Amino acid sequence: MAERLIELREVTKSYGRVFALGGVNLHVDRGEVVGLIGDNGAGKSTLIKILAGVVKPTSGDILVRGQKVHNWNGARSRDAGIETVFQDRALAVQQTIVRNIFMGREIAGGLGFLRVRKEHSEAERLMREIGFTSKVFTPDSIVGQLSGGERQGVAIARAIYNKADLIVLDEPTTALSLTETEKVFRFVRAVRASGRSILFIGHNIHHVHDIADRFVVLDRGRVALKADKAEMETAEKLIAFMEHVAHPKGISSFDPSAAVLEVRQ
Amino acid sequence: MTATTETGAEQRHPNASPFRRFLINNRAALGTLAVFVVMMAIFVVANPRVFLAWPLYSSVLVTLPVALFLVVPLVFVVTVGEIDLSFPATMGFSAWIFALLVQAGIDPFIAIIGGVVTGVVLGAGVGAIVVYAGLSSLIATLGMNYMLRGLIMIITEGKSIALLGLRDSTAYQIFSSSLAGIPVQIFWALAFVVFSAFLYNRHRFGARVHAVGDNPDSAAQMGIDVRRIRIATFMYMGLGAAFAGVFSVMINFTWWPTTGDGYLLPALASVFVGGTPAWGGIGTVAGGAIGALIISFIQSGIISAGLTGFYLQFFNGLIIVLALLGHRWNQARYR
Repeated sequence: MAERLIELREVTKSYGRVFALGGVNLHVDRGEVVGLIGDNGAGKSTLIKILAGVVKPTSGDILVRGQKVHNWNGARSRDAGIETVFQDRALAVQQTIVRNIFMGREIAGGLGFLRVRKEHSEAERLMREIGFTSKVFTPDSIVGQLSGGERQGVAIARAIYNKADLIVLDEPTTALSLTETEKVFRFVRAVRASGRSILFIGHNIHHVHDIADRFVVLDRGRVALKADKAEMETAEKLIAFMEHVAHPKGISSFDPSAAVLEVRQ
Repeated sequence: MTATTETGAEQRHPNASPFRRFLINNRAALGTLAVFVVMMAIFVVANPRVFLAWPLYSSVLVTLPVALFLVVPLVFVVTVGEIDLSFPATMGFSAWIFALLVQAGIDPFIAIIGGVVTGVVLGAGVGAIVVYAGLSSLIATLGMNYMLRGLIMIITEGKSIALLGLRDSTAYQIFSSSLAGIPVQIFWALAFVVFSAFLYNRHRFGARVHAVGDNPDSAAQMGIDVRRIRIATFMYMGLGAAFAGVFSVMINFTWWPTTGDGYLLPALASVFVGGTPAWGGIGTVAGGAIGALIISFIQSGIISAGLTGFYLQFFNGLIIVLALLGHRWNQARYR
């Protein structure tokens, strides 16, 4: 059995009396891509923030490699090898690829002066590792000149340099064209091939179905479905399930004349 | 894996040529240099007698160092996404401590250290107020400038300190005499510029200043202490302002309660004329230094070109606006 990298047990998060997450069980094993699907408000971003240690869960346990971790926070999350690539705000776009990859973890000599050549060759190695090469840019290119998919590549290369075992990608293909999405998929596959894991979050079910080995559907703060690719061999099947989750009685039984909301004094 | 073996041919492309990369990486500074060269050419044509003779350059070399000590750290502050308008008062305050110590008979070397420590501490104070209280640095540092200057005025009642004895000190020989007709301050200022350029471009600190100015959220996520970096740039500004103050006192043998006042706008203009944009994340130390050179020469240039002082402000402004337009065209802004 594959090594269990991280596991959430009955994790809840409430803001006052509102439950953002109501008892979520989720795990990611070594070397797998888990697709997390859910509509807006399903609790995806709360879950990401909990994993990143930015938000503390109200209750529930977090296990790293089978060991329960107490006082979960950002530093613990980093120590556990979790790196989150937040949607669009992940990179410093006016800086070079090198500066982004080594941000906060510069390769420097004793006096703090950068070892520029070492950083350059290390960046090339990381980029090659995830199949992120091009004739158009070098590690010295400005990130702002890169396409959306390539920017995800920089963020993923950085995560690998930071020794991440689990890379959480928050909507990495949202607003990307088909070719750009393909690029991101290529990076993701390379990361999986290297034995690392990815939690791929999205609401485009086709994208998630394409890339993930396993799916977790989140709905209104609860896990509505856990399925392997073997059980959900087509995206259509997954979509059909999602529709069932959204309209439990089936779309056909929807009666527009029936009162959906009634307000009485 | 064949990819690991072929590093040479596959990775090469036009941008990899070292010369091209130098041009691209330094286009803001090179643009500023071009502005400077064109401006000087015009001045030389307008008045060859003045602009081909040494005295003009000698006088600029006396005042330019003071400006350089202010402009270069200001590039750091602007790059980190802040602004500091309190440096004139910090300069005056540090110079005041230096002057008081010298007046009290303390060795000028120790007095210099006293002045510099004062500058760094004031910078840390200003930075901490801005960063921890989350204030707009534009307004907060303006307030600090008035407060510090006011404090100087209240305590000294506007009286200056003359330090004629300074001329005979070793410190003066080292920091403020002249070497083969060249004012020696310029060498110290150039050393400061070169050191700062390395700090800015090739040091962990500079890398983090860029990261924080570009995207503080990302920098924080990567474990950079954003507030500490911001405060550190204000401390570096304090350090530069203290040097500027000490040098200015040594040049004049006098500390005035207004020391530093006239530098606010020229130093700011130099940073932006030099090619550092106002939005943070990028900038150029070399460009800032050349910007200081441009601003220093405008004044003497316009006067000796035969125009009256009435034209001074107009041309001052014209060159600033033209330089900014040039940089806007020269560098794209990435978001």
